[in-house]
Amino acid sequence: MTDAKPVLRLENIVKTFPGVRALDGVSFSVMPGEVHALMGENGAGKSTLMKVLGGIHQPDGGTIFMGDDAVVMSGPLEAKAKGIVFIHQELSLAEELSVAENIYLGELPTKSLGRVDWTRLADQTNAILQKLNVGFDANTRVGDLSIANQQMVEIARALTVDAKAVIFDEPTASLTDSEKVVLFDVIADLQATNVGIIYISHRMEEIFKITDRITVLRDGQYQGTVETADSTEESVTQMMIGRTLDLSRNASHHALGEVALEVRGLSCSKHYQDVSFEVRRGEVVGFYGLVGAGRTEIAETLFGLRDPSAGQILLDGEEVRINSPADAIARGISLVPEDRKGQGLVLGMNCRDNMTLPQIDTLKAGPFVAQGAEMEIFDKYHKQLDIRTPGWKQQVGNLSGGNQQKIVIGKWLSMHPKVLIVDEPTRGIDVGSKSEIHKLLRALAAQGYAVMVISSEMPEVLHVSDRIVAMYSGRVMRTFTSEDVTEDNLIQAISGMTSEQVA
Amino acid sequence: MKPGTVSTALKSGAIWGFIILELIFFSVAGEFLSLSDKAFMDWDNMLLLLKQSAPIGIIAMGMTIVMVNGNIDLSVGATFAIAAIVLLDSMTWPIFAGLGDWVIPVAWLLALVVGTLLGALNGLIVWKTGVDAFIVTLGAMLGYRGIVFMFNGEQPTSHLNWTLVDFAEAEFLGLATASWFLLAATFVIWFVMAKTVHGRNAYAIGDNREAAVNAGIRVGPHMMINFAIIGFLAALSAVVFYSESGSVNPNDGQLYELWVITAVVLGGTKITGGAGNVIGTFGGVIAIQLLRKGLGHIGADTSTVNLVIGLILVAVLVLDRQLNMKGKEELKV
Amino acid sequence: MADITRQQIGSLLAKQGILIAFVAFLIGFTIANPKFLTPDNVLSVIRSSAILGVMALGVTFVVISGNLDLSVGSMMSFSTIVVLDLHDKIGPALAIPAMFAMTLALGALIGFLVGYLKLNSLIVTLGMLSAIHGLTLTYSGGKNMDIADKEGTWFSVFGQGTALGLPIPILMFVAVAALLGLILSRTSFGRKVYAVGGNGTAATFSGIPRARTVFMCYLISATCVATAGLIQASRSLGSQNTVGQGLELEVLAAVILGGASLLGGSGTIFKTVIGVLILGFIQNGLLLIGLQFYVQFIVTWVIIILAVWLDIAAKRGKLMSPIA
Repeated sequence: MTDAKPVLRLENIVKTFPGVRALDGVSFSVMPGEVHALMGENGAGKSTLMKVLGGIHQPDGGTIFMGDDAVVMSGPLEAKAKGIVFIHQELSLAEELSVAENIYLGELPTKSLGRVDWTRLADQTNAILQKLNVGFDANTRVGDLSIANQQMVEIARALTVDAKAVIFDEPTASLTDSEKVVLFDVIADLQATNVGIIYISHRMEEIFKITDRITVLRDGQYQGTVETADSTEESVTQMMIGRTLDLSRNASHHALGEVALEVRGLSCSKHYQDVSFEVRRGEVVGFYGLVGAGRTEIAETLFGLRDPSAGQILLDGEEVRINSPADAIARGISLVPEDRKGQGLVLGMNCRDNMTLPQIDTLKAGPFVAQGAEMEIFDKYHKQLDIRTPGWKQQVGNLSGGNQQKIVIGKWLSMHPKVLIVDEPTRGIDVGSKSEIHKLLRALAAQGYAVMVISSEMPEVLHVSDRIVAMYSGRVMRTFTSEDVTEDNLIQAISGMTSEQVA
Repeated sequence: MKPGTVSTALKSGAIWGFIILELIFFSVAGEFLSLSDKAFMDWDNMLLLLKQSAPIGIIAMGMTIVMVNGNIDLSVGATFAIAAIVLLDSMTWPIFAGLGDWVIPVAWLLALVVGTLLGALNGLIVWKTGVDAFIVTLGAMLGYRGIVFMFNGEQPTSHLNWTLVDFAEAEFLGLATASWFLLAATFVIWFVMAKTVHGRNAYAIGDNREAAVNAGIRVGPHMMINFAIIGFLAALSAVVFYSESGSVNPNDGQLYELWVITAVVLGGTKITGGAGNVIGTFGGVIAIQLLRKGLGHIGADTSTVNLVIGLILVAVLVLDRQLNMKGKEELKV
Repeated sequence: MADITRQQIGSLLAKQGILIAFVAFLIGFTIANPKFLTPDNVLSVIRSSAILGVMALGVTFVVISGNLDLSVGSMMSFSTIVVLDLHDKIGPALAIPAMFAMTLALGALIGFLVGYLKLNSLIVTLGMLSAIHGLTLTYSGGKNMDIADKEGTWFSVFGQGTALGLPIPILMFVAVAALLGLILSRTSFGRKVYAVGGNGTAATFSGIPRARTVFMCYLISATCVATAGLIQASRSLGSQNTVGQGLELEVLAAVILGGASLLGGSGTIFKTVIGVLILGFIQNGLLLIGLQFYVQFIVTWVIIILAVWLDIAAKRGKLMSPIA
């Protein structure tokens, strides 16, 4: 492998956007038959680099080589023609069209009069689908496929061209374990045909399982390339974040208060069943499980966004029905939602207005909104949470992810809730803000808040929680205290082994 | 069989079911209410209905491809009027004086070219500026109407060419000229949308524009072609209609965009793009025309037509929502 | 440095472009015809813009909440016809509240369909445009509506009277603009409208009743339409069934000119007033410099597209669209 020439080599790629140097002299190369991981925190420049490679952005400096030739990618079509294929993270499919039409989108085979040659299309497609060994055919409507199968359509698309390099962008984000096995087999097959593979993922276990080398970016800068075999998770993390993140266990040393929230046998049709737990004042309860385990849906039920099909919710020992978010807010429940931009913030609104939104009706001066009271709230949490913004008038869309998250947290702290539910508190934000938010969650518990933290990052859950509720497929598998939890038994619990087996 | 054929058939089937209901209702109600002793389902009546559907119907075919593409065109009524004026006015131009009846194809061609160009202009603006098609064509609706008035102020433009009138009033195999043009437009756009690469790309762009861009489809020129097609069809609709009537008022074609969009939506085209077909649209056009004629047949005046069509449009939306609701599974947002 | 100044000019154009264009128009027309900026002419422009203007104020709420209202034109015809008809039947003092109630009922129906049933507002209001037009024709029997005693009714005050030396329609326009401006910019309801239009899901996740907010916007729009119908009826004391036909798109044009995004979440009452005045002054200015009335259509076309184009160009930092 060392003697071969790289299929793809990037040298000193620079790309600036107004105010940001998104890529600052990034170089790396992919050998034929190699799986090369590209890692970095969100915002490190991975996507920009891929867009440069795909011809969507033109670099301001640097060169892309394929083999010995310097190439210019004028657009997606040209990148594809040169044999560079993307498997996108956000599926890039037209759901109303057939599998075949999607695979050959942009280059459908034609007959006279610009007609699509359906027979040839189906034949070509079925030949590829056979290679992938999938259970659907060329004429299936893409919208009728599962997410995993839709991903297979994307991969099939990669096989239609004489691919030299295939880029997988977070391909396993929505796959089940068995589907992952199929994906890794496909990657191995590609590898065997001397295709170079760039594999972008946050999931360390996958990276260490299937990649040969790892290149790390941080803040748009190239941090180095290492052989996977010579590295450890810790060393790679260190490269990614520049320092180690404090994720030591952190159980409460203060006394816990009364039970603030109790849930008994709560079910919500097919999302989760028979869920029971309690959260005390002064306690952080972590909810850990795979995507789709039902954790977010529990939060949404508690916040009045879903109707439970059975079970009870008790606040301070009293049974309540929560019909709407307004209900939940009035009863002292707050939710920092999982999708910050989609659910947490009105991006076009300024910082202050976002922060006071849930209580806008109560901040009254005569018929009008009491702007003085609004400013007080903003100033208070601006200082307390150390939100970095030029001023309250700044549109939240212009803030960094970490500061946006602090605005959302500030918004709900200002409501002085009894129960604070935080769904994926640090998704997509930088390391500095991450540890600040972890500290904040602990501090809130110390002040007597009852806090529920839903997270898909095990170190985070272990770090902030006093107790951990492990969920699998809509059910609570086991509740751990910080004494009896280990990484191993936590993983076992969330992958579906019963508590007896674990115990 | 192509994918989704069954569900598409079911969906477009709804409009045909509705048409049958209309036929039954008006036939039965006509027995009791109608002043005329002619049956509603009279063959001649149905043929006339097809002919009367032509002006809206021809444009609706273009609107189908534009809306499947994820756009909309509010300027078709004004384009229709401009093409009509070009048709009638150009036949009187001195430079064509020596052509005799050969002026007819020249005038037709001129009108069609003008319509196509006006459509393409909208498309070019959408492509190059990135302004939403709704706003671009809303502006054009005003602007093109302004151009209409430039010809003759508020006066009608008239010119009767008897050869042309004969052609327009002619029947071939029992169908009027206008009907043939409607059928031809329907067939051609069906062919384009179902069979050609351009048509399949139109669905792909309306369904997932980013995917189409990533696949290397040139979205801008593609959309411009579709706007040119609807411009052409608006002009075609005008030349077919005004060849017969011979006189155009500057306000003609107003509110056509609303009728056309109503027909297309009734025909099952998704307002956000990506789904729909011209067979459904054809059904939508016929359904509206049936309603107009039927209400007239049972003695209701034109005002009722507007009321009923408006309510039906809303009812279709409500029904569609009820059918697509996933009930309690959904997040209450 | 040149880069920074260009950016500054760009952002200035983006933020205040419509105001700058407005001032440029005023200066241009005044140079072309000195009569243009005389108080008499200005008043007559504002007065003739009042009906369109009042409707645009209401539609501003609907557009900021992320929806459209294409039914305002035919709803205005309805209000006008109804109030004229009832005038002779039950007297103006009862006719006005009755007309408001009927118009508001229509607004409530649309608000219910769009707000609570979450139907596509473009299609719903398109359907209602047609339905209300039919309703009006049915109500009037297709005939024009006239007040019998045109000289003797105090009803004419809304369209023809003056107070404080100013025509009443202008005062009503100003009063409605001031009131709605305060509601939109200073009250919690206004804040909710921006939140719902900016990001409806996030608004729901903040406990804001999205459906009710949208519903209220349509009620406000209907109230404005009824007010416009009142002015129209009072000014003419007789009307055709189609008096408001086509106004919905002019109204929308004014709101868009004012810079409200059709995606929702942005726009102000002040900007809509500017949009209305731009349309009014262009119309008037073009006539004053001797151009035919239809030139304004073409000018409006160019201005609408330029206004929206510059707005989005400034946001993406590029004049031309990146679409291939």
